[in-house]
Amino acid sequence: MTRLVASNAILVAAAVSALGALLTPIAIHKGRRDWLMLSYAAVYTNFVLVTLATLALVWGLVSHDFSISYVAQVGSRATPTFYTIISLWGALEGSIVFWAWVLGMYAAAVVWFNRHREGNLVPYAAATILMVALFFHILLIGPANPFQPVVPVPFDGPGPNPLLQNHILMAVHPPLLYLGYVGFSVPFAFAVGAMLAGEVANDDWIRLTRRWTLVAWGFLSAAIIAGMWWSYEVLGWGGYWAWDPVENASFIPWLTATAYLHSVMVQERRGMLKLWNLNLMVGTFVLTILGTFLTRSGIISSVHAFTQGTIGYFFLAFIAVVLLAALILVAGNSDKLGSEGRLDAPLSRETAFLVQNLFFTVFMFTVLIGTLFPLVAEAVRGVKVSVGTPFFNRMSVPLMVALLFLMGVGPALPWKKAAGAELKGRVLPGVVVGVLLGVAALLGGARNGYAVLAYVFAGFALGVNAAEFVRGANARVKAHGELWVTALMRLVSANRRRYGGYVAHIGVVLVALGVASSATFKTEQEATLKPGETLTVAGRTVRFKNAWGREEKQRQVIGATMELMSGSRVVGIIEPRMNYYPTQQQPVPTPEVRSMLSGDLYLNLMAFKQDGSNITVKVIWEPLVPWIWFGGLVVCLGAIIGIWPSRERQASRSGSANAAAPPMTEGRA
Amino acid sequence: MTTKKTKWGALAAVGVLVIAFGWLIYGGLDSNVVYFLTPKELLAKGADGYDKPVRLGGQVKPGSVVWDDKALSLRFSVTDGTGEILVHAKGAPPQMFKDGQGVVVEGRYGKDGVFTSTNLMVKHSNEYKAPKQGERPAEMYKSLMKSAGT
Repeated sequence: MTRLVASNAILVAAAVSALGALLTPIAIHKGRRDWLMLSYAAVYTNFVLVTLATLALVWGLVSHDFSISYVAQVGSRATPTFYTIISLWGALEGSIVFWAWVLGMYAAAVVWFNRHREGNLVPYAAATILMVALFFHILLIGPANPFQPVVPVPFDGPGPNPLLQNHILMAVHPPLLYLGYVGFSVPFAFAVGAMLAGEVANDDWIRLTRRWTLVAWGFLSAAIIAGMWWSYEVLGWGGYWAWDPVENASFIPWLTATAYLHSVMVQERRGMLKLWNLNLMVGTFVLTILGTFLTRSGIISSVHAFTQGTIGYFFLAFIAVVLLAALILVAGNSDKLGSEGRLDAPLSRETAFLVQNLFFTVFMFTVLIGTLFPLVAEAVRGVKVSVGTPFFNRMSVPLMVALLFLMGVGPALPWKKAAGAELKGRVLPGVVVGVLLGVAALLGGARNGYAVLAYVFAGFALGVNAAEFVRGANARVKAHGELWVTALMRLVSANRRRYGGYVAHIGVVLVALGVASSATFKTEQEATLKPGETLTVAGRTVRFKNAWGREEKQRQVIGATMELMSGSRVVGIIEPRMNYYPTQQQPVPTPEVRSMLSGDLYLNLMAFKQDGSNITVKVIWEPLVPWIWFGGLVVCLGAIIGIWPSRERQASRSGSANAAAPPMTEGRA
Repeated sequence: MTTKKTKWGALAAVGVLVIAFGWLIYGGLDSNVVYFLTPKELLAKGADGYDKPVRLGGQVKPGSVVWDDKALSLRFSVTDGTGEILVHAKGAPPQMFKDGQGVVVEGRYGKDGVFTSTNLMVKHSNEYKAPKQGERPAEMYKSLMKSAGT
């Protein structure tokens, strides 16, 4: 019953999406605006149907309806309900259902908010999104069908992949990633819509999708950080980034999206880079699909690659169609995409954005080439190779250091042309903080040139960005006689996108400090301990008390009780474990992390004697790693500030011209 | 400066950048690509195989494992039936490590004929699938459950 409801909902949703998308050009050519309402209705109907299918699948999981193929594949009666629900995205088919649902939600929301807009932009954008939705419905009908019948119905199933039910972050990382990935369909659809409607000359597609792009970017940023955190907490190797293809798959579109967020400001203020921005947005969308292809087709083996099958060909065909269509559209519209402004001076914010875009693009291609190279090498030369971390580090570390520097330079430079004296005042706080951090790093024992530069430039960016808040607030205090805190609040809320951006910059600095510190000052040691023996790493001592075993409902646990010592006093208990799931021979490492402001003490149980007489434990001191997670939160806060509707906009919601007015305080407060 | 000149200048600059970038990428890939090899393939490379990053795949030769838990030193041979290479690893072996087990060892093959491992992975199917009957986790931790109680 549940199965039939769900699979028919997907069939109908596919038909509705196809009809709605086809109707749009017909309605526009016949001049029947009233028909367009029907294609908008198709967007809403699609959302309702996909929601129905998603709920049905969740219900099937929760009610252990093993007659549904997906439930039989990932369900198990022993799995706690929470992990049963989130196993919706624990394997290929369910994750495509979830993807289609997120896409349906975005489509319905974006059409609803823009339903009264005249012109052909929104109808064409809606049709584009429906075509993307249709692709995912085809996947769900064909190679990724979760609703196949299972005969005979088994009594129980194997449960989800142990790695995916071992940590709470599995409830957080995948939805964030989908919200981010799929969110870029909206600006992409509007870019395509603008080209189809012949409206690329005005910047409406950018204004209408400005918040959507930021929403998608915020979710993707959060997802990347959450993925790092998951890897750190679950995989037991004490790291958070390995340049693994699946990590790269999430990072590559983030790079182009971040480039776009900056270069789009050049278009809004100066009328330049129109063609470039269009390409960045189409590129970001294609890279999200490419990322899904890499992680879902089984072409690379990892925890994300669920199965080998024909689904890869569908993705490749879709990417080819999108690229070809985009190429034709961009070529057909290129005459309308000329630059209105030009660079006035080499020392200006425009230049900083141009250089930033150049670096981000180079970064993107570096990671992309490194990720795809093994696939190409195997296809062309038949050799099995992998591209090691040294390649990525060697290429990306200089880029990251340079980008930190730019993050301080950009906000300090005014549009058009910088005046020397003013520039000095804005750069000075950054120079001071940068020098301080650099000296601190040298005193702390950092000897690697890039590491020291990373501290200097992180401090520089921190100083410049933070000083912008102080300067702005001080100016308001002088002009309006407000309290300093009030002035700061009003400063930010009057110009959310700009200050949201600076908040995000400060978040990135925190992440960078965490990464630089853990890469430079990480200390680790592994030892075999008998009960009562201690191990000291980076001045922190742990003592092995005893090993123990425990039966839990869905797994068996072996753990070691380690006492954190301060002198001869026990100040804490840390219990790294190994979890044995009945469906997997290999135990799942379950390290325990004790977080402090100055860093993490990371304990992982490596081995144990069966009689409990000794254990082997790895103890890692990870300086400033918690700052990475906190910095990620700050980045998201910046995105939220930028997304939050400002008061003026709420007052006159109907006029898009009003919302589009560029912030006027940009000159100098 | 005419617009035409600017255009050519920009094109030239982009060209130079693209070439420089390509050269950097090529150099980076050339020295950092890690090959997957079996012992036989690695031995066949002769002197070319020394001191290059390699992922060595094969089985742990039964009876070859020497584990010193105080020095955390692990020595064993990896074999593919024909070739055989002595591996030296630091740190505790993974729980599933045993004679005859498929392993992938990352590291470099030295001139002394010893492969120094930086990362030892037990090979198990990467694709997740439910085990068959009789594949349930080994009995090894049962005794600890009983002895330690809690």
